[in-house]
Amino acid sequence: MTAAPPGLAAPAWRRVLSQATFETRLILRNGEQLLVTLILPVLLLIALAQPDLLELDTGGARRIDFVTPGILALAVMSTAFTSQAITTSFDRRNGVLRLLATTPLGRGGLLAGKVCAVLAVEAVQVVVLGGVALALGWEPPIAGLVPALVAIGLGTAAFTSLALLLAGTLRAEAVLAVANLLLVLLTVAGGAVVPATMLPGPLATLAPLLPSGALGDALRGALLDSGLPVGSALVLLAWTIALALGAGKLFRWS
Amino acid sequence: MSNSPAVEITQLVKRYGGRAVVDGLDLVAARGQVTAVLGPNGAGKTTTIECCEGLRRPDDGRVRVLGLDPLQQAAALRPRVGVMLQDGGLPTGVRAIEMLRHISSMYARPREVSELSERLGIDSFATTSVRRLSGGQRQRLALAAALVGRPEVVFLDEPSAGMDPQSRNAVWELVRELRTEGVGVVLTTHLMDEAEDLADHVVIVDHGAVIARGSVADLVAAGDDRTLRFRTEPGLDAVDLAGVLTAAGPADGSLAAVHETTPGEYLVTGAVDPRVLAALTAWCAARDLLASRISVGRRTLEDVFLDLTGRNLR
Repeated sequence: MTAAPPGLAAPAWRRVLSQATFETRLILRNGEQLLVTLILPVLLLIALAQPDLLELDTGGARRIDFVTPGILALAVMSTAFTSQAITTSFDRRNGVLRLLATTPLGRGGLLAGKVCAVLAVEAVQVVVLGGVALALGWEPPIAGLVPALVAIGLGTAAFTSLALLLAGTLRAEAVLAVANLLLVLLTVAGGAVVPATMLPGPLATLAPLLPSGALGDALRGALLDSGLPVGSALVLLAWTIALALGAGKLFRWS
Repeated sequence: MSNSPAVEITQLVKRYGGRAVVDGLDLVAARGQVTAVLGPNGAGKTTTIECCEGLRRPDDGRVRVLGLDPLQQAAALRPRVGVMLQDGGLPTGVRAIEMLRHISSMYARPREVSELSERLGIDSFATTSVRRLSGGQRQRLALAAALVGRPEVVFLDEPSAGMDPQSRNAVWELVRELRTEGVGVVLTTHLMDEAEDLADHVVIVDHGAVIARGSVADLVAAGDDRTLRFRTEPGLDAVDLAGVLTAAGPADGSLAAVHETTPGEYLVTGAVDPRVLAALTAWCAARDLLASRISVGRRTLEDVFLDLTGRNLR
């Protein structure tokens, strides 16, 4: 690979930044995307914080402290997976990916821009959801913040890979359906919000091995016990490697 | 390297599922010229262009754009090449002008967005979301996106498809200007008048290979043939008429094919001379047919194209 000649293309960091801003703005401006990435998690957070709504075994923790990490896991899944899968698949169908690949941005820059956009939207989610949770009495341990950020990073890698795998292989309409359905299933029965230990039957053993369960456990471990559970981190890492390899091999640009 | 042609393709082969869509294609497009690639649907035009844009990997042969390999030297090449895809490639959720500004942000010294959008009439729909644009408006926006980076070569895949005559004129004007500035323009089109008006060099592609090339004048002058068109009742015996006209024409007998291009409209190609015209009117008179709109002319690019690629639907 030769480098872009100076003086013709904008510097690489500016191209990626431009793409990231462009995509972030599009997501935050799109009503359906906002519903899935912000409004739904906020509503769920407020609902689950109510003591009478659902019987939860919080293992001695305060209810809001127990619920918030799971909602953050849901937020990561909605942005890195559902929202990203849907935008990428429609961009692929409309030829946007191919057109951008012919500009100085290139395929690598496009991918980098997407990842930065996901992180930017997640930052907004963390601020909003964190703010609501704090208002509801959430008291996260300071020592758990860094492990929580690591967990979010690992979860983002795994779920963005899954998003690209779907978006690069299925039709846009199919991605729209699958991405929303999987989000609901993984949230309810995948161990993200409701911990695996509280799930019925075989789900209790399966969920910790799913990326959703691992991400939920990792965030709960970080924000309840101030440490990153090694098992969950390894599960997320394994999913990332498998899904990224799959996406790299199977992704079709048109 | 600065003297290498805009595009140089040697024996390009591209297969999809074992079937060769492009099969030994050679093409050279010069800088400062408009090269039009014509061909029926499925002839391999778009695939060829996509190999030049680095979007497809050739199975065999060599592709060079500005002397560079579109895949191996992509990063060096991309800032110097402008691309307008057949399907536009525009995200639907943004406003037209935002899309153009975004593409321009990828370049160090882009064209003035306001100047370009005024030239192409994008001003009138600048704040409309791409989703709500008409086909012709999208085409103009996609063209602006291809030109905003001041490319040295542009690839335009059916640039004026779906455009109204005013937009098309604006696009043609801009393409001529690019040529004057020394930009190499490669366009595919189904519009023969577009190729006749714009192209310095025409390449006709069929079944994945070039079957004719040259300037429009070269192509239509081939064989010094003329055309004779007329209109009368549909369903004439074209074979009989062709025989009569050939017998009447020049002794070397380089006549004559008779085609009923649409019901009741006929086209005679070959060495049309005064005796052929007389024979036609006599043949009609003998059958009590009144031929109208009789005209003798030069072959058009469309005649050449249809002669070469056949008149049947595919």
